[in-house]
Amino acid sequence: MAEALLEIVGLRKSYGALRVTDGVDLRVAAGTIHAVIGPNGAGKTTLIGQIFGAIRPDSGQIRLAGRDITGLSPHRRARLGLARSFQITSVLPEFSVLENVALAVQGSHGSAFRFVWPARSEAKWNGLALAGLERVGLAGRAGDLASALSHGEKRQLELAMALVAEPRAMLLDEPLAGAGPEEAARLIALLGGLRGSCAILLVEHDMDAVFQLADTISVLAQGRVIASGTPDAIRADPVVRAAYLGEDF
Amino acid sequence: MILFVVQALNGFQLGMLLFLIAAGLTLVFGVMKFVNLAHGVQYMLGAYLGVTFAAHAGGFWPALVLASVVAGLAGLVLERLIFRHLYGRSELDQVLATFGVIITLNEIVRVIWGSSPLELAMPEGLSASFQLMEGLRYPVYRVALAGAGILVAVLLAFVVNRTRVGMLIRAGASNQEMVGALGVDIGGLFRLVFGVGAMLAGFAGVLAGPLVSVEPGMGENLLILAFVVIVIGGVGSIRGAFVAAVIVGLVDTLGRAMITDAAKALLSGPASARLGPAVASMLIYLVMAAVLAVRPTGLFPARA
Repeated sequence: MAEALLEIVGLRKSYGALRVTDGVDLRVAAGTIHAVIGPNGAGKTTLIGQIFGAIRPDSGQIRLAGRDITGLSPHRRARLGLARSFQITSVLPEFSVLENVALAVQGSHGSAFRFVWPARSEAKWNGLALAGLERVGLAGRAGDLASALSHGEKRQLELAMALVAEPRAMLLDEPLAGAGPEEAARLIALLGGLRGSCAILLVEHDMDAVFQLADTISVLAQGRVIASGTPDAIRADPVVRAAYLGEDF
Repeated sequence: MILFVVQALNGFQLGMLLFLIAAGLTLVFGVMKFVNLAHGVQYMLGAYLGVTFAAHAGGFWPALVLASVVAGLAGLVLERLIFRHLYGRSELDQVLATFGVIITLNEIVRVIWGSSPLELAMPEGLSASFQLMEGLRYPVYRVALAGAGILVAVLLAFVVNRTRVGMLIRAGASNQEMVGALGVDIGGLFRLVFGVGAMLAGFAGVLAGPLVSVEPGMGENLLILAFVVIVIGGVGSIRGAFVAAVIVGLVDTLGRAMITDAAKALLSGPASARLGPAVASMLIYLVMAAVLAVRPTGLFPARA
């Protein structure tokens, strides 16, 4: 495997007697999509929370491009190039589409507190934001309120907000959740197009999407990685079939 | 008629004081989901510091600036020592801890300045009164106070609605976790909001100083009204805080004047003298209940 951009080593987290994350190791190589799948309650969202810094692990290490980020706050991780989308759609509904992305540009450039007055560089920021919207095919809706977007378009907007930070690694927590078949197809094409631009850790329930998109799949069950490999290897793995995939695959 | 005009003016000016206190409270509540009962303490501190600085630092105007700044700094110190450990904890923890801060600071104020009420003299230039209408003279200072409130409201509205920092504050009030994920230092943003809020409450304390007696616990009465204001206005909304502050100020002041008279006119005997004030003190809560029945998140909810 190529050099891991995002590396998780021996991560453990317990709530009382419940081991939600029980010694997880993951390596996401630059420019690849690494999917984490697993049944409900396998600990996927807790894992994402720890990688992003919202939840503190009991032990273990998270490294971004070789740097230990385990103890850093979420916004510091974001500044180091770790972007995130949320399981529940998280855009600011009362802001325009462009403003949502401009906010992300502002956050990623770390100049939030220097611009008390309307900045002269407004045009530059909005230019970056617009470029982000073009990448996800949403430039035509820049002036609309985010609340006017369809569910799938909100997902696209979230991606644009993650992308304008030029992240080195992205965590996508169920980016297809709630999307209809057509929207899902568009989002899958979009996500596939991001391959090569950064390391992507994808948590997703939609198995079609996972097997189409992922270069590597890790299967999480009861807080442990029970299998990890190429989509073909995972599809053929008897342990995975028994534990999770059932007869559909 | 004259009575009505005077009471309406007084009510508006109470509204402006409430707005100055509620502005910080609503942003702190809105952005950090932090219930700060000790916010009224900043108002008291402002008034006391105003008295001290006015006596030793060259009068009312330098005192207004110095006391506001020092009250703001005191707020930041409290934030660093106590409040930041309370973020993300239950409301009960926040209420208990900040209530403890109220009691402690009231005692500290007693130790430093004594328990007897102090007075803050009006600034020379504004101590006169002017002819408002036939048979009515109104103090210049009260008009200036209302003007200061409007000025701060316009400034805040500009910062919150038209600048980058304001955009972050509104975004933070709407979805704090997401804004943090975009690389924004939520802790830093909050310290900024908290410091400004504490400073505005201190500013309100100095402004109120010449009109009220400066005494320990003076912040608590206004704090309760300020909470009513942010609930009516919608948590996290500056515009809501302004509108609701005016409503609460007017309803409370006019209600106390009018209902007491009305009760005396309609009823007779000792019961009427008691009934009026009792109903008047309930009025703002009735207004709050009515607003919440129609708009459960307040008049201008920050969260869409």
